[in-house]
Amino acid sequence: MSVFPSPRPAAGGPIIDFDPAACCLEIEGLSLAYGETPALRDLSLRVPRHRVTAFIGPSGCGKSTLLRALNRLHDLNDEVRLAGSIRLEGQDIHAPEVEVAELRRRVGMVFQAPNPFPMSIYDNVAFGLRLQGGMRKRQMDDIVEWALQSAALWDEVKERLGSSAWTLSGGQQQRLVIARTLAVRPEVLLLDEPASALDPISTLKIEELIRNLKSQLTLVLVTHNMQQAARVSDYTAFLQEGELVEYGATDTLFTNPRLSRTENYITGRMA
Amino acid sequence: MSRFGRARLPRGEGPWPWLAAGSVALSLLMFSGLLLLLAVRGLGHFWPAPLSLVALEDGRLLAGQVVREERLPGGAGRERLYLTANRDLDGAIWSWVAVDEIAEESHPRDLVVLERTRWGSFHGRLLALEDAAGRVEGEAAWQALQERLGELEALRRERAHLRDRVVVPLVRRLERGADAALAAELGAANARIRQLQARMGGTRLLLESVDGRRLEQPLEQVLRAWRPNAMSAPRKLAAWGHGVWRFLSEGPRAANTAGGVWPAIFGTVLMVLLMSVVVTPFGVLAGIYLNEVAHQGRFTRLVRIAVRNLAGVPSIVYGVFGLGVFVYGIGGTLDEWFFADQLPSPTFGTGGLLWASLTLALLTLPVVIVATEEGLARVPDHQREGALALGATRVEMLTRVVLPMTAPAMLTGVILAVARAAGEVAPLMLVGVAKLAPQVPVDGEFPFLHLEQKFMHLGYHIYDVAFHGGDVEAALPLVYATALLLVLVILVLNLTAIFLRHHLRARHGTVPRR
Repeated sequence: MSVFPSPRPAAGGPIIDFDPAACCLEIEGLSLAYGETPALRDLSLRVPRHRVTAFIGPSGCGKSTLLRALNRLHDLNDEVRLAGSIRLEGQDIHAPEVEVAELRRRVGMVFQAPNPFPMSIYDNVAFGLRLQGGMRKRQMDDIVEWALQSAALWDEVKERLGSSAWTLSGGQQQRLVIARTLAVRPEVLLLDEPASALDPISTLKIEELIRNLKSQLTLVLVTHNMQQAARVSDYTAFLQEGELVEYGATDTLFTNPRLSRTENYITGRMA
Repeated sequence: MSRFGRARLPRGEGPWPWLAAGSVALSLLMFSGLLLLLAVRGLGHFWPAPLSLVALEDGRLLAGQVVREERLPGGAGRERLYLTANRDLDGAIWSWVAVDEIAEESHPRDLVVLERTRWGSFHGRLLALEDAAGRVEGEAAWQALQERLGELEALRRERAHLRDRVVVPLVRRLERGADAALAAELGAANARIRQLQARMGGTRLLLESVDGRRLEQPLEQVLRAWRPNAMSAPRKLAAWGHGVWRFLSEGPRAANTAGGVWPAIFGTVLMVLLMSVVVTPFGVLAGIYLNEVAHQGRFTRLVRIAVRNLAGVPSIVYGVFGLGVFVYGIGGTLDEWFFADQLPSPTFGTGGLLWASLTLALLTLPVVIVATEEGLARVPDHQREGALALGATRVEMLTRVVLPMTAPAMLTGVILAVARAAGEVAPLMLVGVAKLAPQVPVDGEFPFLHLEQKFMHLGYHIYDVAFHGGDVEAALPLVYATALLLVLVILVLNLTAIFLRHHLRARHGTVPRR
């Protein structure tokens, strides 16, 4: 059913040998350190296009660090040192001709805590569009509506687009943030534990949204919650202490992990 | 505000809640006590107090307003202080009278109080009013006096208008270059003023003090006249309001010991506004640089500590700095470059509005920087990351997300700066405040705002009236009134900023707690 070959480990590491043409992101030999403290060690991974890839692992394993490397959010931190390469659709994101703002438009990100800006709901969604500029009001209205519908929020807020985004509930805020990110039409959506601050109902809505969105873009999800990874992702990578331990199709990884370290983690027998 | 705060004081938690509440209560009490003292002493001055006619046992008579009563040392009865005015007759305006020696005290309705431009007030009786047309006596003289004072007031207003709006600008223009047409215009205006003055003169009042000494008083020196004992309460209230209004709207007279404080109010507000205009962008930009742009290393930390310490430097030190750098350094150079034709009389090379504003801006800069930095630090990082993740550049992130959220904190900084600057006196004495500058530094003459002019300031006015006047007892009510006014001016300035801050909060919301 899948257009992708069944993942199998490549020689020398748990990289999955996807056809490069089907890959959205290619990470090769990525190492990252905060000052003297290493956070990622020689990590290689390919993320398939229009699929949901989940990063799981214990706290401090580097999965959020890896996610933030994908849209160069680490650039802000002078202490971060980085080696290796990340390619988005074949292009190195650290190449000098890549504009970081443009990259971040292509690789959107949703954070753990909902972070709507202190503006109206409409202005939040239109924020990224206004940064690009040169858009008519009418056109912007259409995109805002489309983004809110894509994030399954339109019916709840269409009557009060002008009210402050902070009047929404936590789950609505998170969907608003997703809508805001979708509005700039990213190719990749990074989700950093997007449901960890939400109640179970809101979490289910977000998960449903993630499943629906993969027809439009590539999603990368960091989560603590293994059930969530199993429910929504197509591929799962297990990280530990900055290393990629195992990477495979979610079904395989959760039912038949290759390594005992992976098995111990997903069955809750952490050493 | 603690989220665990309660509406009522808790029981059974020992003395600590009571101590905390007690210190708040004490602070409030002291503050309201301060305001009350200023209000009663200051505003009471304008109330037309009853005038007592006191007959002493030795036969002397005096007319005065009771100021206060004190116990004589050694328990030998009490002594009362009367404000008896009539400096030209008695040589003094105060009389201490032993209460035991008072044979009779009454309040005759025909006693008048005259407010004069020379010799202070007069207490006594009006016998007659004389002019070229003749002489009126008794009650008719009082009626005539009221009418004449009204006319006189109109003439004075016209004269002041001519002087401020016509003569002074003409003189200033003539200073820049002689011009026959202008000179003729000036001559005409001066002639008109002389004509007005002639119309003011010519009327004399015949006055008699309560102990029978007579006095001829030219009417043009009389500002107001009232009979406090014959006034009804509403009329007294009206007179009080009028007095307060004159205090607020007129310039000072008699070496600042009488008259109003309008130029000082204007100078204070204008200087504080100029200061805010200068300090806000500087402080905000510096705060942004320190918090958002600079590499957070040891040097930045050092700069931050230095900025915080600058807030503790005594203000007079800033005054010295302003005098040396702004006035003599920059001002002197400006004079050499642009106003060389007027040297040796300085234009910018002397204290003035601009230098005072700049000095105070420097003084309050740390306050604004610290407030801005704290505001920026309170914006959660996830807001910044959210903006960046949407493709905002750092500048866009700052201007569109971070700064709007920080605006209330910046305004808090400006509020603190205004409160500090409006009350500073010491540095101003060095860089531009004047004892008397009845012309406010804004007028219809280009460039409209005269930054090089000296200006009056409420704080300095208080100091001047209290310590440089001849009679401290007489000056005290004015000191209280001016002090109250200074507090009110700061309050109004702050309320404006608070209103602005509230408005911004309502628009952008507050940073949520997490």
